[in-house]
Amino acid sequence: MFSNSSRIIKFAFQDFSRNKGISIAAIFVLTVTILLVTGLFFLQGITNYLTSQIQDKIDITAYFKDGAQEQDILNVRDEILKMSPNIKNIEYISKDQALEIFNTKHQSDAVISRALQEVGGNPFLPSLNITTNGDTSQYASIANILQTADFSKLIDKVDYSQKKDTIEKVYSITSNISLFGIIIGIILIIVAILVVFNTIKLAIENSAEEISTMQVVGASDWFIRGPFIIQGIIYGVVAFIICFIISGLCALLLSPKIELIMPGFNIFSYFLNNWWIFILIQLGFGVGVGALSAFIVVKKHLKV
Amino acid sequence: MIKFNKVTKIYYPNMAVLQDISFEIKKGEFVSIVGKSGAGKTTLTRLILGLDKPSFGDVYFKDKNIQEISSSEMQEIRRSIGCIYQDYKLLPAKTVYENVSYIMEVEGKSYDEIKREVPKILDLVGLKDKMDNFPGELSGGERQRLAVARALVNHPKIVIADEPTGNLDPYNTYEVIYLLEKINKTGTTVILLTHNRDIVNKLAKRVVTLVAGKIIRDEEKGNFII
Repeated sequence: MFSNSSRIIKFAFQDFSRNKGISIAAIFVLTVTILLVTGLFFLQGITNYLTSQIQDKIDITAYFKDGAQEQDILNVRDEILKMSPNIKNIEYISKDQALEIFNTKHQSDAVISRALQEVGGNPFLPSLNITTNGDTSQYASIANILQTADFSKLIDKVDYSQKKDTIEKVYSITSNISLFGIIIGIILIIVAILVVFNTIKLAIENSAEEISTMQVVGASDWFIRGPFIIQGIIYGVVAFIICFIISGLCALLLSPKIELIMPGFNIFSYFLNNWWIFILIQLGFGVGVGALSAFIVVKKHLKV
Repeated sequence: MIKFNKVTKIYYPNMAVLQDISFEIKKGEFVSIVGKSGAGKTTLTRLILGLDKPSFGDVYFKDKNIQEISSSEMQEIRRSIGCIYQDYKLLPAKTVYENVSYIMEVEGKSYDEIKREVPKILDLVGLKDKMDNFPGELSGGERQRLAVARALVNHPKIVIADEPTGNLDPYNTYEVIYLLEKINKTGTTVILLTHNRDIVNKLAKRVVTLVAGKIIRDEEKGNFII
């Protein structure tokens, strides 16, 4: 058994090194397709970052009545946190903080500053600013909670109804982008698998006569099939190493440029944080598709 | 050892290559199966090796119906048969040495035994100096001799030689036939498929004559008569 396995491995490496042209062609095709699949994963990271950036800009604000006590507002905040597990962030902004934020924002605008002086005092209301992890329905449910009798006596207004359309539109766009990405991703992965399968098929078809000779001399199916499957694995491993280096280098070199377009998103950090997923995708795709293609193609030739 | 019982082989759509063939080859026999090209000689080989199935009738190997055995049993039968083909059926990506050693590796022989036996058999067929060459670098005659070495290296119980001298000069032709006779004397069954009249007549062994897929003659010490 051990001697058979070692012979199968020996044949695989022998064929791999002797059929250099075929091996290089197969590795090249596998490398290109693995890079395509890797590109999709990078793209998913970028899309996730962009959608989360857009979603982070969406919030609802509950404005409390002018006389509402800070402790009461903080109690409301705690109650909301207990009732809605999907809250990403809930921030209390006092009257004074609201004024300060306004002043900082409009410090260069003399007209607005004068208008504020005309009004006199602090016209801002204390508020709770809420963002969620989820979709539009979660904003609706928080708005409903805020409008219940216990809270409504403290609350002046909730700006959900004004923002509802915008929230729904943004979520519709982001979820459509995700769906579109998934569909395109699936199509491209199927195309990639078919391309690899056909390349391996061409490489093995070249040895069809050899396979039939091996059968005639009484070699077992695994003795014939083994070297081809291991060759498929070798193609996959070599292509993975090339792809891992290329994708790491690309991420490193493109990172400053991408950060200019998308501040806060470092593609090299994304690569480092997800290195094991990259290995899993590249190695899994390369080795899996390479070996499986070889298995299927040789099986076809072993029907006698 | 090998028995054909009313075997007919029809290739699609209705070309009958063998028609109602019945004969038996006993252990240790030297049988020449003669006939013109297309008489069905190669089909007989394919049926023995289980590479084709008879359309009608049965082929038996050591009393086992080849159609009814498992694929692992079939592989075992193939390993016990040494085949020499006119088109050699060599492994082009393997060297002369590896073409022969592959057969021993298939059998699960040890590396020591392989190292000992392969040079011996290559020496016997005059290819010891070309051990590291690939089949593509050999002449037709050398390839044929390599095919002979490969067929004999495992000391098979049966040797099937399908036109083994087709590409050889007269000197090498008689060398190969002499080799087949010699291994027959050690108890190996030899089935020689040929249309070489001189060889068959000189052998003076059993001759089965095939014409258009039918056995028209089966003589103990026969001649090539078509």
